[in-house]
Amino acid sequence: MEAYLRPAVIGLMIFIVFNALIMASAILVLAERKIMGFMQQRYGPYLVGPHGMLQPIADILKLVFKEELRPKGADKWLFTLAPVLSVVAAFVAFATVPYGAETTLFGLLDEPIKLGIADVNVAVLVVFAVTSMGVYGIVLAGWASNSKYSLFGGLRAAAQMISYELAYATSLAAVILLAGSLSLREIVDSQQSTWFGFLSQWYIFLQPIGFIIYVIAGVAETNRAPFDFPEAEQELVAGYNTEYSSVRFALFPQAEYINMVTMSAVATNLYLGGWHGLLPFYTPLDPLIEQYGLGWLAFLAKVAGFLFVYIWMRWTVPRYRYDQLMKFGWKYLFPASVLNLIATAALVLYFNA
Amino acid sequence: MPETITFYLFAALAVGASVLVIGQRNPMYSVLLLIASFGALSGLYILLDAPFVAVAQIIIYAGAIMVLFLFVVMLLNAPKEDGADWDRTHPLRQRGVARWGTLLVALLIVQLASALMAVREYDTPVGAQSAATSVNSVADLGRSIFTRHTFAFEATSILILVAMVGAVVLARREDGQ
Repeated sequence: MEAYLRPAVIGLMIFIVFNALIMASAILVLAERKIMGFMQQRYGPYLVGPHGMLQPIADILKLVFKEELRPKGADKWLFTLAPVLSVVAAFVAFATVPYGAETTLFGLLDEPIKLGIADVNVAVLVVFAVTSMGVYGIVLAGWASNSKYSLFGGLRAAAQMISYELAYATSLAAVILLAGSLSLREIVDSQQSTWFGFLSQWYIFLQPIGFIIYVIAGVAETNRAPFDFPEAEQELVAGYNTEYSSVRFALFPQAEYINMVTMSAVATNLYLGGWHGLLPFYTPLDPLIEQYGLGWLAFLAKVAGFLFVYIWMRWTVPRYRYDQLMKFGWKYLFPASVLNLIATAALVLYFNA
Repeated sequence: MPETITFYLFAALAVGASVLVIGQRNPMYSVLLLIASFGALSGLYILLDAPFVAVAQIIIYAGAIMVLFLFVVMLLNAPKEDGADWDRTHPLRQRGVARWGTLLVALLIVQLASALMAVREYDTPVGAQSAATSVNSVADLGRSIFTRHTFAFEATSILILVAMVGAVVLARREDGQ
């Protein structure tokens, strides 16, 4: 029984995560428009379904029934490959992100199973490697479209992503030093305890600068405002996806939203204690969460909060100028993250020796 | 059994993609096929129980170096190589040189075969090979690089530095040009 049940449960988990990511990208589009409406003192989408809640379905139907165009002179293979590549990279990146503690599914399994698809001992690096593969989708889309604006969008995306990847990886390295492990699950579990009995031992308190750098670099990595240069509409029409239509177009925003979810989930695991504790201080809810194995709900709540901040940031901060973006990335963000890493390494060495 | 199938799948992918890299007329396709080949190699590393090396392969080669390659190819907008007007007078296309090239290929094949014959543990399952040679955790890897293989490590970094200096010297423009 057990021998067959375990692969079935893992398969079910893959199915659930895959569909949850697809749903998340649909829900995030609606959430983005609703929050934007709220921030601009209007309703946002309101016509389809109650309070416009069925708007994503209408959007998807519209996109599916549009004509698929391919510009003359576009590269036949790469034009189709590019959106597929970016969406596949987005999905694969989530494969090593754990989202909950161990569970036996109410006693169904003899051995507890870890919530999370693949438990790799270098999970942090796997997520980083796969998300950095996503840049190829955007660059190829820009190049294969045979259009000036697309090419500029693709080039900007590549320059921006490899510049901010440095700061991103360096801020990750500081957390890895603190936890002494490359496994996301072990990093989460090392944030389990509390200081003085009430303050959760999250790495956001030990790494405040690292957290800020991570968030800024993460926003730049996912090409979101205020760093959405690859698709700056005032300058580049729509950037790398100018020539795309129908489903091939839809895959780009979908990849972007899934990347947002991955980025938020990794941030929750690295800095916000993952599934341990709902709030940064002790609440009477915490023992209940641990007892009933509802950590994944706390995890989901934190990810949702992080995604809200993402959208909030987009409608609050204006877009940079491109040269300012590069200057900021190389002259301020990267040195700051290196200093943060050196300081962390020195302190870890001092306290462990 | 599944491991064997995955091995042959990745190996075929790596070799096939590498062969296609040099067979392409369009440099853009060459770059992408090289990335595919790197991806297949990293799959082979995972089969060898070395996830860190696999991920490093993706981050460094497929992620960083190939993005630069792609950048250069895109910015130069390198045209497709035209088959009709091959430069027959190119020194590398002269008869004797071409023969030497064939000889080199033959030598390479012989070397590869002899290297494969020298592998002792080819019938041991992956992951169950002698513990002395296998380096599993990242900490062990770091320790072995900075203690046992310090010289090779430092020599390689100096080699890369020399190559970088060489590239800068070659690319530098003389004054007044």
